[in-house]
Amino acid sequence: MAEKEKKEKPKIPRQKMPEQEPKARAKNFNEVPFGYTPELAQLEASRCIQCKKPKCIEGCPVEIDIPAFIKLILEGDFIGSARKLKERNSLPAICGRVCPQEDQCEKVCIVGKKEEPVAVGRLERFAADWEREKGEVFIPEKAPATGKKVAVVGSGPAGLTVAGDLILKGHEVTLFEALHKTGGVLIYGIPEFRLPKDIVQAEVNYLEQLGVKVECNCVIGRIETVDELLKEYDAIFLGLGAGLPQFLNVPGENLCGIYSANEYLTRSNLMKAYLFPQYDTPIARGKNVAVFGAGNVAMDSARTALRLGADTVRIIYRRSRDEMPARIEEIHHAEEEGVQFYLLTAPIKFLGDDNGWVTGVECLRMELGEPDESGRRRPVPIKGSEFQLECDLAVVAIGAGPNPLLPTTTPGLELNKRGYIVGDLETGKTSKPGVWAGGDIVTGSATVILAMGAGRKATNSIHDYLMSK
Amino acid sequence: MYKITYKREMAENTVCHFKVDAPRIARKAKPGQFVVLKANETGERIPLTMGGTDPSNGTIDLIFQVVGKSTALLRTLNVGDAIQDIIGPLGKPTHVEDLGTIVCVGGGTGVAVMYPITKAYKEAGNHVIAIIGARTKDLLILEDEMKAASHDLRVTTDDGSYGHHGFVTDVLKKILDEPKEVKLVVGIGPVPMMKFLCKLTKGYGVKTMVSLNPIMVDATGMCGACRVTVGGKTMFCCVDGPEFDGHEVDYDELVKRQRAYLTEEKASMDRFKEIGR
Repeated sequence: MAEKEKKEKPKIPRQKMPEQEPKARAKNFNEVPFGYTPELAQLEASRCIQCKKPKCIEGCPVEIDIPAFIKLILEGDFIGSARKLKERNSLPAICGRVCPQEDQCEKVCIVGKKEEPVAVGRLERFAADWEREKGEVFIPEKAPATGKKVAVVGSGPAGLTVAGDLILKGHEVTLFEALHKTGGVLIYGIPEFRLPKDIVQAEVNYLEQLGVKVECNCVIGRIETVDELLKEYDAIFLGLGAGLPQFLNVPGENLCGIYSANEYLTRSNLMKAYLFPQYDTPIARGKNVAVFGAGNVAMDSARTALRLGADTVRIIYRRSRDEMPARIEEIHHAEEEGVQFYLLTAPIKFLGDDNGWVTGVECLRMELGEPDESGRRRPVPIKGSEFQLECDLAVVAIGAGPNPLLPTTTPGLELNKRGYIVGDLETGKTSKPGVWAGGDIVTGSATVILAMGAGRKATNSIHDYLMSK
Repeated sequence: MYKITYKREMAENTVCHFKVDAPRIARKAKPGQFVVLKANETGERIPLTMGGTDPSNGTIDLIFQVVGKSTALLRTLNVGDAIQDIIGPLGKPTHVEDLGTIVCVGGGTGVAVMYPITKAYKEAGNHVIAIIGARTKDLLILEDEMKAASHDLRVTTDDGSYGHHGFVTDVLKKILDEPKEVKLVVGIGPVPMMKFLCKLTKGYGVKTMVSLNPIMVDATGMCGACRVTVGGKTMFCCVDGPEFDGHEVDYDELVKRQRAYLTEEKASMDRFKEIGR
């Protein structure tokens, strides 16, 4: 037995990315992982067995040729690798950081059947960062001008993808953004320590270099309606995101110090309130912070609170650990940094002081019952289990819905009963001629890569439409 | 960038009037709507109601009182300078219809918000009685404009330095006591004024609309900073308002939420006084 082991080639373990120490990083907003060195990247790339029938490509919503880009890293052609990525994914530096790889490419990786899967996301990030940092961003040739004009509404992942793809096909593209900065959730939602904002800015700069016209401060539905845009543009893509915060609907929720995650993260990320008073936007800095929900946004909020000086940060979630929707890495990072998890716990009311500030939250313990319509076991309250937790800051991160501002000012745009735009999942076509939609505004809150996948499908459909017009 | 084309100091230099080049907003804005602006790269997003628009010249009127760092900073800008970001028009426009006799009540800088609304009600055919008030004569704004925008203008000052000595609610009560039926009262001003005004009109059973000004961030319904309780329900002032049925608003909650950042606002203002930016 011992002899047989000796004969086997020693296996290379999945390579970790060097990262900031938990104690140090919980006090700053710098990015947590430093990324692979070229040596680490090539070592990790050598773990890929270059399957003849790779499963990982199918596992990727935009079907990146994963074995090919990894092979180029192994061969030391890092720039070539980045270009290979960009054939299918215009935002690899972003996706390498925020994709839930464990549910996509890495989930179906053949290597992963016997050992840990190849770290596709970390390799993607490495190649994209290399290209950007070496200043060798490749500007591809555009197709000859078609004379067709497209308006893209919303500059998040879906909108950026559509804008980047359609400009290459020779169409004129204008990207409208309601906020004063482009990037959508990549700018207002995801914190600096997880996705540095200069990376997002670099992607937008790249689109502008390609010739995309960017117009910020344009709330479509107010400054121009979709019908008005249709007079000027041949096609419109709506990538509005899920811009309506959901609240718990429990008593006391309008006390001061209770934020929606959207507000908390927008203040910190978009408005840079973590740099107050150098930046003018204030943000409440709690000592005892309660965060409701257990998705990526909840982890981002909890970790932001730590960095803003909280002593205690608790994630309060009504289901159990198995149902937590966040990426494994985010949960892991949050735990390392000292975020506490109060699972199977649901808030029933907030407590406040005379000035209207939150002082605590009353909760109930839950147990898991029968599976509900989502297939997850339904949390059931345990009678008489009420207890109180102190908190001087609370963040509600239980999801977001469709913002009605544009849909309600656009006649002929069919919505489903939850208020999302009805869009064909294969083409992004809506009920309104000349109008496409994709990303969270169609599917509800999902991931950056799914929004990009939806954008890609819409691009093809819009292009066919424009060329046959 | 949005260029300032006109600047006038009003009310003992505590209120400032800008005309700003924003042709697309000027073309679209209706009475009752507002904008959000961010003066520079490090600035915060603050909501300001438009005191009017000039679509032919492509400008909007911003009338604001210096209440904190952001407005103090704004006031340092001059003709030819630019405001980095202006987003609008936001919020629902005032629902203007011909009702008969209505009373428009503006207090403090609320008069600026009230002015285009008053004008619109008059143009729609209403008989418009306007009441404007301020703490003292020098703080009174837009008297001539309000006179032109209404059929009958009454003026009050808290200290009696001009017009009626007392509050706008005193004058409103007299009007409500007259036999002529008042169909609607619109009240815009400091929260305590709107609260007491609504207490009064509720007693008379006269429908009253108010325009609220809570703290906002994105002002497109995305963050919920501006939530207000109206009729027991949580509303987002930025998209559901800014105008609401005044008899249904929880003013005490509104005041508390408006004061959420007093400490930070003071720190910010002190820093501004020290370093001038």
